[in-house]
Amino acid sequence: MELLVSTGAHASRKLRWLSVHSVAVYAFLYLPIVTLIVYSFNGAGVGGFPPRNLTLNWYRILWQDDPIWVSVQNSLIVAASAVGIALGFGIPAALALDRADFPGKAIFRRLVLLPLILPGIITGLSILMLVNVAQVKLSLWTIILGHGTALISVATTEVFAGLQKLDRAQEEASLDLGANYWQTFWRITLPNLKLPIIGAALLIFTLSMDEIAVSFFLIGRDNTLPLEIWGRLRRGITPEINAISTVIFVFSLVAIVLWYRMRMPAEIPAEMPAENSVSYL
Amino acid sequence: MFSRAYKAAVSLPPLIWVTLFLLVPYLLMFCYSFWTVAGGNVVHQWNLSNYGDLITKDVYRATLFRSMRIAARVTIFALLLGYPLAYFLSFYAGARKNLFYQLVIIPLWVSYLVRAYAWKTILGTDGVLNTLLQFLHITQHPVDSLLYSPFAVVLTLTHIYTPFVVLPIYAALEHIPRTLVEASNDLGASPAQTFWRVIFPLSVPGMVAGATFAFVLSLGDFLAPQLLGGPSGIMISNIVVSLFGAAFNWPLGAAISFCILVLVVSLLALTERLEKKWSYS
Repeated sequence: MELLVSTGAHASRKLRWLSVHSVAVYAFLYLPIVTLIVYSFNGAGVGGFPPRNLTLNWYRILWQDDPIWVSVQNSLIVAASAVGIALGFGIPAALALDRADFPGKAIFRRLVLLPLILPGIITGLSILMLVNVAQVKLSLWTIILGHGTALISVATTEVFAGLQKLDRAQEEASLDLGANYWQTFWRITLPNLKLPIIGAALLIFTLSMDEIAVSFFLIGRDNTLPLEIWGRLRRGITPEINAISTVIFVFSLVAIVLWYRMRMPAEIPAEMPAENSVSYL
Repeated sequence: MFSRAYKAAVSLPPLIWVTLFLLVPYLLMFCYSFWTVAGGNVVHQWNLSNYGDLITKDVYRATLFRSMRIAARVTIFALLLGYPLAYFLSFYAGARKNLFYQLVIIPLWVSYLVRAYAWKTILGTDGVLNTLLQFLHITQHPVDSLLYSPFAVVLTLTHIYTPFVVLPIYAALEHIPRTLVEASNDLGASPAQTFWRVIFPLSVPGMVAGATFAFVLSLGDFLAPQLLGGPSGIMISNIVVSLFGAAFNWPLGAAISFCILVLVVSLLALTERLEKKWSYS
């Protein structure tokens, strides 16, 4: 690699240009996030340069804002349940795609991954039609159904990628030595898939916490956090929204750091499902 | 190695769940698209009038084409921003590679709704950008045309989907054997020739994957246009949302959704073929 870098003035000009470009792209990616955080401390509202009257007031208002915290609680319930459903069906789906042959397998593979790439509202309104035909009332349960089902794609992608790296010999040895399939699954297969499963769980949790398109039509009387924020954006905006976003961003950052600490010894860099899914749809 | 019972145990539960909660809803949407609304109720009377409306009424066609134009712009800008960054990461980032890579991913952990909202606070009439421009005496009056325009939608979606383009391109660049690059240099190719004849062609599958993601996801977006688009920035999903909401015409909304589904699936089939054809192996 150093070979490439060290070829004269032309190369160094190219490197300088590339560096400037990269810094500019990073600035573009982080500008809204920095703005968001800075203005959460701005006494004078969401806009206006320079920020003035720095204050923690918006955080105090946020702290006392019960509907927001109820919606956070709802989102946590939905996200945790979505992780359960998506892993519960996504792990077997990955095993099935890896090891079983059945009629319609190619269609099944595409169908599972479709919600990842299809506009969320289409998945959401399709499930709404089912719910409507079945005459089920909209509630947090219907959102859980939507998120869980749509996010099976993430669990399947991650676990399937993990299975490709798995050493089959261990499972064979286990079966040869008299363990049954169930024991082999719990003691060999699952522990070997620990990292992809935890990675998938984190990703599903985060995606569900942020999900708005699928939820949009499946919402009952209880709002999730993004829908609560969405509702407030239409009524007029205050830095309180910046404040709640900042709090969640900090929590996400802590989660990412913990995750990489855990994953670091195993392998880097992490794969986003975005990398795999298109190529194997 | 795996018995029939094992294969059935891992295949059946996800197969049944996905059939029930994805396949049936999508099929139901297909059925709905042939029904009509009369007197505020959905009538199960099979006909093609919804598809007729889509072909004959300009508003739907114009909005679909506008959505495709916006998505195409987003894709091009994301590629222009993302490719050099991915190239920099893969070939020049050196020891900091992993850190820089994580810096691309972190914005993805900030809620998409919140980032769109942040752009709104930046671009608004009293927003950060306008007040900054006046603060610096670059303009005397706020520039109104920033927010509520297709420009704002393209900017926001480019911001959101650039990381999705960087990641697969980076993965493709990382997979290029460095020996190929060295061979090209040793055999007398200039750096530019090495880039255009060796590196670039091998990164095309990654570009196709990233571009597909950016195009398809921004095509179906409804949040950015609703928050930042104004009347001139309405996209096709906004029409679907209104048909399922206030306008109450589920069948017509289902017909539009089905068209989007067909568009997305055929695009994926096409890009999958291109990726296979151009992939290095």
